[in-house]
Amino acid sequence: MGTEATRSPLVPLPRRRDRLALASAGVSFRVKVALVWVAIFAVLGFLFWSASFDNPWIRQHISFIASGLTWTLVMAAGGIVLAIVLALVGALGRLSRNPLAYGVSGFYTSFFRGTPLIVQLFLFYLAMPQTAQNLVDKFPNFLPTSFDSFFTWSSFQVGIVVLGLNYGAYMTEIFRAGIQSVSHGQAEAADALGMTYRQKMRRVVLPQAFRVIIPPTGNEFIAMMKDTALISILGQGIEKMELFRRAQLLGNADVRPTEALVTAAALYWALTVVFTFFQTRLERRVSRGYVRAAPGTPKDRAPRKRIVTGTAGGGGHAAGGYVLDAPDEPVDVGGHAHGGALLTPLEEPPEETS
Amino acid sequence: MSVSSGGAVVRVENLHKSFGDLEVLKGIDMEVERGEVVVIFGRSGSGKSTLLRCINFLEEPTMGTIEVSGQRIEVGHRIRSKRDQIRELRTRCGMVFQQFNLFPHMTAIENVMEGPVTVKGVDPERARPPAIEVLAKVGLADKANEYPIRLSGGQQQRVAIARALAMEPDVIMFDEPTSALDPELIGEVLAVMKALAVEMHMTMMVVTHEMGFAREVANRMAFFHEGRILEEGTPDQVFNETRFPETQRFLKAVL
Repeated sequence: MGTEATRSPLVPLPRRRDRLALASAGVSFRVKVALVWVAIFAVLGFLFWSASFDNPWIRQHISFIASGLTWTLVMAAGGIVLAIVLALVGALGRLSRNPLAYGVSGFYTSFFRGTPLIVQLFLFYLAMPQTAQNLVDKFPNFLPTSFDSFFTWSSFQVGIVVLGLNYGAYMTEIFRAGIQSVSHGQAEAADALGMTYRQKMRRVVLPQAFRVIIPPTGNEFIAMMKDTALISILGQGIEKMELFRRAQLLGNADVRPTEALVTAAALYWALTVVFTFFQTRLERRVSRGYVRAAPGTPKDRAPRKRIVTGTAGGGGHAAGGYVLDAPDEPVDVGGHAHGGALLTPLEEPPEETS
Repeated sequence: MSVSSGGAVVRVENLHKSFGDLEVLKGIDMEVERGEVVVIFGRSGSGKSTLLRCINFLEEPTMGTIEVSGQRIEVGHRIRSKRDQIRELRTRCGMVFQQFNLFPHMTAIENVMEGPVTVKGVDPERARPPAIEVLAKVGLADKANEYPIRLSGGQQQRVAIARALAMEPDVIMFDEPTSALDPELIGEVLAVMKALAVEMHMTMMVVTHEMGFAREVANRMAFFHEGRILEEGTPDQVFNETRFPETQRFLKAVL
């Protein structure tokens, strides 16, 4: 209003489109994105409503379906632990000059990356006990009679083992890349001190490699949680049914398959959103304040970091400070215990401070 | 600090090293006496760094014999018993790298303690006081709890020297210790190295182009040329009575 009064008559009033653009420029990117999401949910809600789902049925049975989350999580947790162990051993094997270690890890990653997960599930669930049975029949004198029962696993056990084996094969590459990202000079310094291979890995190489390995491993865990749904195909005993199996059985029994599927999808999604939140925080923590150790070749250099220096004005506006591109030199980002003075790494996406 | 047979701490006999078709070392014979400072110089690619890296088996020599503190190792297949010998040798033979190679996830003091604690099995509490002492020797006692990233290049290299010292080696090898440093930081590192030589009588093999340091501190200098030691002598002989034109040309270029 005040501006209206002081506006020079020589400057024409902005046209409609320009006014819209000007108004839009005042709204932060985040708010706009939130509006887009609200719109999407509105459309989905409308579809939901017009499809006339049996909402009371969903409300009534969601807790039964959701209680399958326990086994989903147990299976994913077991799977990721096994996968991490296998990936570590596999990566060391891929980097080894020992032909046995190299060969075995090569076979392992090739097979489990070269066949579909669902085929592996059936191989372990159906083909493995059958093969064991045949072996017992063929060599009754050598193999104990319990041999085949030892290789007959429940779908739950197969789920953990196969997810672990399959993801471990892919994560072998992540671990190998992480270990190789540690500069060769580090291994040489450890060697020069007289460390054994184990000491070198445990004390020097792996602690540095894990900074690189942890974030993608979190992603693999989130992906694995969703792949546990595949286990439902094997059928499960009533006591250890994971989420999707519950949804399927209940949906079919009550002739509410669509409602059951939608519920399952929403639950998986919610689970993923929660873990992605933790994953993002983990990534920030791991990357915080880590800069290269010694001046080296360009590939050793830390990526450009955005740095906030000081805080400007700060009234009402989203911007917290000036953003500038850090130079290639190591920057005193104060990430370590001694709490640096003014410079702190900017963790938020850049648009926040634009 | 063990064994003093014959006085020689390091003895290299007929050492050859090839990378594929490229023969980098063509038969090196060298002895380093206890307390001696030997400066090795020569054009890049002449094999001087490779010699140091062969002595502690960071590079596998192609042929020859290496002896450090009486520990004699013939070049050959790296069977288990030999691997143990090599590790034993490495604990007596410190190494300081051009790129420092400090462990970035450890503080200065942790870097210094790492060798004694992990390799020698010293209790961390027992390893701490001598580690602080060693850091004090390189003038960085007040930086004990800093991470390498918060130290200047010169300070990092001094921590690296302290890390080598903490193992109480019989000899320390320096592989171009000041080449990666800004000019104004070179002095502090050379000063520490000089102190090691003069005050501690540390046996040292130094690959460097710092001819001022060589003139002042070295007992002996060896000029490397195309995989061989072309000329060897006291700094006085090398600088003032240069015998070979190659040496002369090199000295002219760096001085």
